[in-house]
Parts: sequence; C-alpha cells; structure tokens
Amino acid sequence: MVVLNKDNFEAEVLKSDQLVMVDFWTETCDKCMEIMPDVVALSEQYADKMKFCKLDIKGNRRLAMAQKVMGLPSMVFYKNGESIAKVSGEDLEKSDIEDKIKELI
Amino acid sequence: MVYDVLIIGGGTAGLTAGVYCARAKQKTLLLEEKRKVGGQAATTSELENWPGITHIAGPDLMQNFRDHAEKFGVEIKKGKVSSLKVSEDGFTKIVTTKEGEEYQAKAVIIGTGAEPRILGIKGEKEFKGAGVSYCATCDASFYEELHVVVVGSGNTAVEESIFLTKFVDKLTMIVIHDEGTMDADKVAQEKALENEKINFVWNSTVDEICGDDLVNGVKVKNIKTGEITKIDCDGVFMFVGTVPKTDFVKGLVDLTPAGYVKTTEMMETNVPGVYAAGDVRDKFLRQVVTAAGDGATAAVAAEKYIEEEENWQEKVLSRKGETIVVFWSPIKKESVALTTELENALKDNADVNLVKIDGYKNNLISRRYNITALPTVIKINDGKEVERASNPSSLDDVKFV
Repeated sequence: MVVLNKDNFEAEVLKSDQLVMVDFWTETCDKCMEIMPDVVALSEQYADKMKFCKLDIKGNRRLAMAQKVMGLPSMVFYKNGESIAKVSGEDLEKSDIEDKIKELI
Repeated sequence: MVYDVLIIGGGTAGLTAGVYCARAKQKTLLLEEKRKVGGQAATTSELENWPGITHIAGPDLMQNFRDHAEKFGVEIKKGKVSSLKVSEDGFTKIVTTKEGEEYQAKAVIIGTGAEPRILGIKGEKEFKGAGVSYCATCDASFYEELHVVVVGSGNTAVEESIFLTKFVDKLTMIVIHDEGTMDADKVAQEKALENEKINFVWNSTVDEICGDDLVNGVKVKNIKTGEITKIDCDGVFMFVGTVPKTDFVKGLVDLTPAGYVKTTEMMETNVPGVYAAGDVRDKFLRQVVTAAGDGATAAVAAEKYIEEEENWQEKVLSRKGETIVVFWSPIKKESVALTTELENALKDNADVNLVKIDGYKNNLISRRYNITALPTVIKINDGKEVERASNPSSLDDVKFV
C-alpha cells in the first residue's frame, strides 16, 4: 500500500488514472488497527485491479477533513480525481470493504 | 469434537465466564466477532469503578481479562455467531458462524452484549464518519480545537465527554432531563459540571444533524417548549444508550420486547443449558463489575448443568429395564432412613438399578421431574417415568418396590 502524506496525496490519489482506495487510519483508533491486516490482504488480492493507499491522520488531520473524512476507520474510493464512495465506522467489516471493491472494479 | 462450554462474546461477561469454566476444567471455547476481545469496556477510555483499581484504561483492563482467561486454558477464536440450535436430545448445542464454521457444545453462554443505539434522526446516517461518531477514542483527534455536541447523559456520555475535553475547545451536552439531572453517577456528574469546557443544554433532544459535506451543526428541540434552536458545531457524539445483540437467538431464547435475554438468578434462559450474562441480559445495572458477576454465575451454573445432565443420562436415561430413582436430602433424617431402606430392599435384586439423586444439588433434574417433596421415589422403565411416590413415610408407602 502506498503511504500517503500532504505532499503526495494529489499525485498518488487525485491524479491517478486508476481506481484508488484510501484507508484513513491512526494508531489510537483500535478498530483501524484491527482491520488493517484485512485491508492489507485485500490490497494484495486486488492489486492488479486497482491501487491501495493509506493515510495516517496524525499530522494530516486537515487533509483528511478536506477529504470529508471525520471518523475512523474510513475507506474512501477515488476515480478521476473525485471521491466516489466511502465505507466507514466502528462496525466496518472486511466484507463491507470487499463488497464495495467488487462493486467498483 | 464437543466442547463443554461455548461462550459467545469476548467482553467482560464472556471472559469472566471463561476464567471460571477453565478453572473448573471445562473444555471452553470463546467466540468473539472482533479480532480484539474486550467488548464495550475496551472502547472506554477510562474506568474508575472496577473495584480494587482506582483508575485504568479500558483496553488495558480488558487485555488483562484476556490474558487471565487464556492462562487457564480458554480457547479464543474469531467468529460471528449467526445461529444457535439445540439437537433433538436437548443436550448438544450447535453454534454456526457467519463464516460457515460449526461448533458443538454441551452448554452455551450468551455474552454478546450491546452496541450503541442509533437514534435514527435526520442526518445521523448521512454524516456517519463525517462528523457523527459513536466512539470518542476513535475520533477525538479530529476535533482538536473544535466544538462538539454530545447527546446523552449516562455514564458513557459524561465520561467520554470529559475525555473529549482533552482535545476540543468546547463541548455541549444535550440532556433530555431538567437542569442538573443526569443519568450518570454523581462523581461523573460533578466532574462534568466542574469542567470549564463543558456546557449544557437541558430539557432537550437533537432533532436533526445538519451539514453539507461535513457536520456543521445540530437542531436542538426543547421538549418543554417545543422550540427548535440551531447550534453550530463540528461534530456530534451519540451516547444514547445501547441495544442488545440478540438477533441470532430470536425464536429460540425468550427475549424482552426490547430484545434483552430473560434469565433467572442463575443466568438460565428458557432453554436448558443455554445461559446469558452481562449487558445482553435483562437486568438492573449494566457495568463491568455486574457483567463479571454474571459471567461467574453463568459459568458455575453451566458446569453444574453438564454434570447433572451427564449423570442423569448415564445412570438413568440410557439404562434398559427398571430404574428406581430416589430424590433425597442427605441432611433430612426421614430422607436418609428411606434411602437406606431402599438400598437394603434392592441390594440383592440385580434386575433393578437404584439411583440416588440429591434433590437440592440436582436442581435442574428435580425441576424437570416436578419434585415437590423430598424424598420422592420414581420408577423409570427404559428412560420413561411410570410411577412415583411423593414424600412416603416409609418403604411400605412405595408400593412399586
């Protein structure tokens, strides 16, 4: 997964010609840490279909908020520079993310 | 393989039940739907009412619970239970997970707990993850130097508000009760009232959550005057109670209209061998300490159930021919006398199987057979009751022996 920050967000996500999923996370969010291995597994499974990135909101809070993310964990999908879908919340399951991936690829 | 006890849910009740089951040498499996056990306590930032520990972070306490359970041999697996069934003989319980695994156990303890209630107000779903939150520890850092609204006045609402004031500049609690009244305990209330960042709006509920891409305010309704006021804010934390997770047992286990499991004082549900413990149960107080108490009770009740049931199966129901069962009390003189008489009368008769059941200790079987007095003598043929003598004064009153 591509590690995002303020400097590469635009190039890696908004300017990408692929479908991109961004995992918004941070270390103090237990659910984020819990679901991370599932997200990594999905990023390997669907590696040839789309691009997977992650953004630690620590130090990047304003960037996340500019992306309309104000709750963790959040998986936001981008295409052609636009956010097209989001799944989020404490009750997020691997299957919720995978269903969304299948719907969009 | 059949487990002795299968515990559904790895919160306080489940993990405590695990400790007690494992220490009683029961082969115990605990299924938790999340990767991390600990239940609601593990999402609580700070705990100050677990006796013996004045202050601990919820996740730390629950890690201790897990370590404790595993030390004594509880097997913990990840799995979301989708159904619970009882086999035809009534003894084996079959548990199936959403992932498609099937487990069998002699007793089941339901400790699935409760999850935050969703009010269903306008904007609540729309702005989830965009300003509406149910978890302070997850989302607090978004709100540094901002203003948030907290809905609710119970312990969770008040304690999480105090935690949030470490991040936010301003916090407004919307409380449905009259000024000065909160559902939280007094210590928590005092802390909230003293906290300079916390403001209160009394007699009010949130009518709507507003925003464009992110939350920018709430519409608050005064329940006395009906007046609606808009409050600008950057986020809304909802702590308006919880709902039990019991969908998977609907139709099998008796529930209250609100969905909580009805139990006896021994944590028994209406299904023999199925117990419920912790927040999922219909009860007065939902706290870590009461959940732990429930877990211990359920574990000991389950262990006794298995012992009684297996003893009855082996010594009575599986026997061919005639069995005489005496339900007795070793501390009652008449009971002891009659039992001795029976033993003497039947000692040379190899065709009759005599079984002594302590009526107090074997509460389940006594209730199942409607034993109202001790001693009671029952004649059983091929597993079926054919005759009984209730409270006979001597062997002469037991005509069938």
